Amino acid sequence: MTTQVGSTMPVHEEPYSGPLLDVRDLHVEFKTRDGVARAVNGVNYSVSAGETLAVLGESGSGKSVTAQAIMGILDMPPARIPQGEILFRGKDMLTMGREERRQIRGQRIAMIFQDALSSLNPVLTVGYQLGEMYRAHHGTDRKEAKAKAIELMERVRIPAAAERVGDYPHQFSGGMRQRIMIAMALALEPDLIIADEPTTALDVTVQAQVMDLLAELQSEYHMGLILITHDLGVVADVADKIAVMYAGRIVETAPVHDLYAAPAHPYTRGLLDSIPRLDQKGQELYAIKGLPPNLMRIPPGCAFNPRCPRAQEICRREVPRLFEVTGDNDSPVPGRGSACFFWKETLHDADDA
Amino acid sequence: MPEHDLPDDHDPLRHIQPTDSDHLDYVGQQGLAVEQDTLIEPDVIKREEARSLWGHAWRDLRRRPIFIVSTLLIILLLLMAIWPGLFTDANPRQADLAHDFLRKPDYTDFFGAGWFGYDGQGRSVYARVIYGARASITVGICVTLAVVIVGGLAGMVAGYFGGWSDAVISRIIDIFFGIPLLLGALVLLNAFSVRTVWSVVVALAFLGWTQLARVMRGSVLTIKQSDYVVAGRALGAGTGRLMFRHILPNAVAPVIVVATISLGGYITAEATLSFLGIGLQDPTISWGVDISSAQKFIRTAPFVLFFPAAALSLTVLAFIMMGDAVRDALDPKLR
Amino acid sequence: MTPMTPNGATPVGAALAEEAAFEKPVSRGEPILEVRDLVKHFPLTRGVVFKKQVGAVKAVDGVSFDLMQGETLGIVGESGCGKSTLAKVLMNLEPATAGSVRYKGEEISHLTGSALKAVRRNIQMVFQDPYTSLNPRMTVGDIIGEPYEIHPEVAPKGDRRKAVQDLLDVVGLNPEYINRYPHQFSGGQRQRIGIARGLALKPEIIICDEPVSALDVSVQAQVINLLEKLQNEFNLSYMFIAHDLSIVRHISDRVGVMYLGRIVEIGTDEEIYEHPTHPYTQALLSAVPVPDPVARESRDRIVLVGDVPSPANPPSGCRFRTRCWKAQEKCAQEVPALTVREWLEGPAAHDSACHFAAERENGQ
Ligand SMILES: Nc1ncnc2c1ncn2[C@@H]1O[C@H](COP(=O)(O)OP(=O)(O)O)[C@@H](O)[C@H]1O
Ligand SMILES: Nc1ncnc2c1ncn2[C@@H]1O[C@H](COP(=O)(O)OP(=O)(O)O)[C@@H](O)[C@H]1O
Ligand code: SF4
Ligand SMILES: [Mg+2]
Ligand SMILES: [Mg+2]
Repeated sequence: MTTQVGSTMPVHEEPYSGPLLDVRDLHVEFKTRDGVARAVNGVNYSVSAGETLAVLGESGSGKSVTAQAIMGILDMPPARIPQGEILFRGKDMLTMGREERRQIRGQRIAMIFQDALSSLNPVLTVGYQLGEMYRAHHGTDRKEAKAKAIELMERVRIPAAAERVGDYPHQFSGGMRQRIMIAMALALEPDLIIADEPTTALDVTVQAQVMDLLAELQSEYHMGLILITHDLGVVADVADKIAVMYAGRIVETAPVHDLYAAPAHPYTRGLLDSIPRLDQKGQELYAIKGLPPNLMRIPPGCAFNPRCPRAQEICRREVPRLFEVTGDNDSPVPGRGSACFFWKETLHDADDA
Repeated sequence: MPEHDLPDDHDPLRHIQPTDSDHLDYVGQQGLAVEQDTLIEPDVIKREEARSLWGHAWRDLRRRPIFIVSTLLIILLLLMAIWPGLFTDANPRQADLAHDFLRKPDYTDFFGAGWFGYDGQGRSVYARVIYGARASITVGICVTLAVVIVGGLAGMVAGYFGGWSDAVISRIIDIFFGIPLLLGALVLLNAFSVRTVWSVVVALAFLGWTQLARVMRGSVLTIKQSDYVVAGRALGAGTGRLMFRHILPNAVAPVIVVATISLGGYITAEATLSFLGIGLQDPTISWGVDISSAQKFIRTAPFVLFFPAAALSLTVLAFIMMGDAVRDALDPKLR
Repeated sequence: MTPMTPNGATPVGAALAEEAAFEKPVSRGEPILEVRDLVKHFPLTRGVVFKKQVGAVKAVDGVSFDLMQGETLGIVGESGCGKSTLAKVLMNLEPATAGSVRYKGEEISHLTGSALKAVRRNIQMVFQDPYTSLNPRMTVGDIIGEPYEIHPEVAPKGDRRKAVQDLLDVVGLNPEYINRYPHQFSGGQRQRIGIARGLALKPEIIICDEPVSALDVSVQAQVINLLEKLQNEFNLSYMFIAHDLSIVRHISDRVGVMYLGRIVEIGTDEEIYEHPTHPYTQALLSAVPVPDPVARESRDRIVLVGDVPSPANPPSGCRFRTRCWKAQEKCAQEVPALTVREWLEGPAAHDSACHFAAERENGQ
């Protein structure tokens, strides 16, 4: 019998009512050969238990780096967190001791990556890798760990789990591997799961299976879920609220219905207009001009200004803060914000159209 | 921050005022398909002359101290090999046993015959170190050239054409892979009654080409699969164009790196063979021969051994450092 | 066959004569490319020296369709279903195992040498990955100008630089960038360079193999708009391969759905997207997430069980039967033909390879 020290951490916790995770003004920068890349420049978002937050943005907008900062898996150096707080149940993880942090990571917050094949160890059976979670954290013995592994595989609906528990990762298809990743994340029944593009590498039919599974398990365990993606369709399908990222900042936050009905930031607007729709045959697509900025030289003022159809003098001068967005009767919509000086015009524009 | 310190493309205002053709307001003459979107992100394309990857590598190399030091050393060695007279007036073969037998170095006699002392036959160690460079450098460079040409060609043929030519060449490579370089050279050189620099070159090249062929074959195989080669085929490009425009320029980088590093290895091999008495022979001045004959004086006159040995180590180190620097500069992952 | 000069080059006159065969005008709406029963098997071998064939990956296994002059034919399907292989066989980059490909009525699938080179002028390709499809050691000018070096008859030497600059202009890149290298451009810009290279020989058909899959969402629209404009300008016919059904619907006039090396359904975009009759198409369409949160409660999604079987060992009869909820005894025994079933009418009456082809009943 292996009895591990620290595995019997008391789970007594004072009741806590605020958001599960609250990221405040997070900054991350990378020192590179050519200069400092400011990958995250003041990100704010929060998730509560049972809630799904979708972080939406093009590649390079800093979605993964933010997630890695939360998980504490950034390589430092080259990364540096010059500023910001990451509050997990009200406690700042950035100022916590090493051991305390390690306890949270894995047990309380788990992460699912895009590339399941490279996140699994190719020379160990999936059963062993799943059981490992129990052995390391709860000191479960081998036999029991295997039983737990099979149970987990059944939970994520891998057919013939008992027979496949001894198989190696490469013997599974992409969708099955992603299920195994989900099983691994679920093993310790975390409070929060961060899924970084979990279905990007999968085909649509398999993608639908995996997303359904994730949503179902989330509501069953009443977990918080941060879903990172660049796919506006996936977001519309599962999210409760959305944070749109551009050049390392959140440019718009909104409940999912509001955002799709009437975006309050020109970038969101452009994104929605630029994707072809399956359910309608459109005319020419709207194309956002130009390209996302180089993070080593983010334009002054609003980072989106060189590409923005609405940009004025002020956009080139001042960095817009996240303005509170108000609805028709001038009362603020809870959870809505837009980092654009002209959010009102953008919002109403959408109404007309 | 003082303005003049910033390179051109760090101008903070350039995002506000598009001033040159790099910017967003390019409008095509034909008006076709040209919206503002076209274009050109100012940050991706720097305001610099277009540079090839080699150009980038070169700019990168120039900033590396290791590369600069190794290049200077190699230039010095080349000068020694070509014009030893530039460095010393002394005759490396002149022996005065009566006066100079193991005479201690005179460290005040800069560049003089007695600077590094005299060896067991009363010859100037300094002069012999200078003249010994020629054999080492010749062997190193000639073997490398031969190996790159023969191995490179074989590797390219095997990688590009595949099939039976690949099967034959790969089997030969496998056979040679089992033969240690030194042991093989020992056996081969035994067959020569008079051994010159060239016999050593032939022996080492004969045994060494397979390493380069292996590297080249792997590199060609990978690049042959790449989309731009497929695109060339789709355009109707012939074998010659595909090989020499598309595959070779992209496949040589690892070959150059391996060749530079192994150059040091061939120099060591020559010295070792000479030390063992199976490489170069006496009238030829070689560090290996000198190290060998200095052994017996190691207690009484260690300097006789020290200077040729140091010269040999520095030379090998210079080439290995250069290979390392080139590898880093050509590695796209680090860019 | 064209006579060859001693150095292996085709005499210009012969090349032009060769080409004349393909100069027959084809009016819009007539087939420009006819593909019949095309098969591509990759042998699976064992042993190093004495190779023994132990099976075959049936990447493309009996594909037939027509590409009409001036139209865009979209090909969709999950990864591994043989889309890229189909493109490569059509481009003659891989030899076909069997079947025929006719370009303006001429059989081109087994051409070699100068005859093949002449056809290449008329059928070009745009690749998926803009980062690997451009030679990193060539300048943009050399990359786009290379087609002219290979086919010198298209542009006389003196005019080439100008021709290349015009092409850059056409695809929306600054002609002054002619001396830059690919790595100095972003993904979207590289894709434009790839498109310019494809256009250089003034082809009639361009096969686009997932040309926007590797691009960012906001840049995809730029490239799609460009492709549509070029089509109008130069009267091009596109075969547009993608796994993104929304993009395919946007750009295509007709759409073919592939599954395990076969086309299972083909028709106009309306027939396929509004009135699909093959169960696989129906499942595929229902699985695509629609960027509209209002629709998410009302959607009835068909969730397929299991994974795509291996193309080395496809199921007997209908290849989709292992995942199909309608499958019957007959599906395992008979291969369903790609035809119009007599019981279907209206827009549902289009080619579909299912024994029980039918539109979905609403509210199911
Ligand atoms: N280890 C690193 N070193 C330097 N830059 C990095 C590193 N990791 C990420 N970055 C930069 O941070 C930016 C944001 O990356 P990421 O968060 O991965 O974007 P995404 O939104 O696509 O997930 C990118 O531009 C990337 O180049
Ligand atoms: N050169 C090859 N040798 C063996 N099998 C191949 C080769 N190219 C493709 N295949 C196989 O053929 C099938 C179809 O591949 P591909 O045409 O690339 O699919 P798609 O483009 O639809 O994703 C896959 O199973 C793939 O593994
Ligand atoms: S033929 Fe049979 S198995 Fe195939 S799709 Fe139709 S019903 Fe399903
Ligand atoms: Mg990411
Ligand atoms: Mg493909």
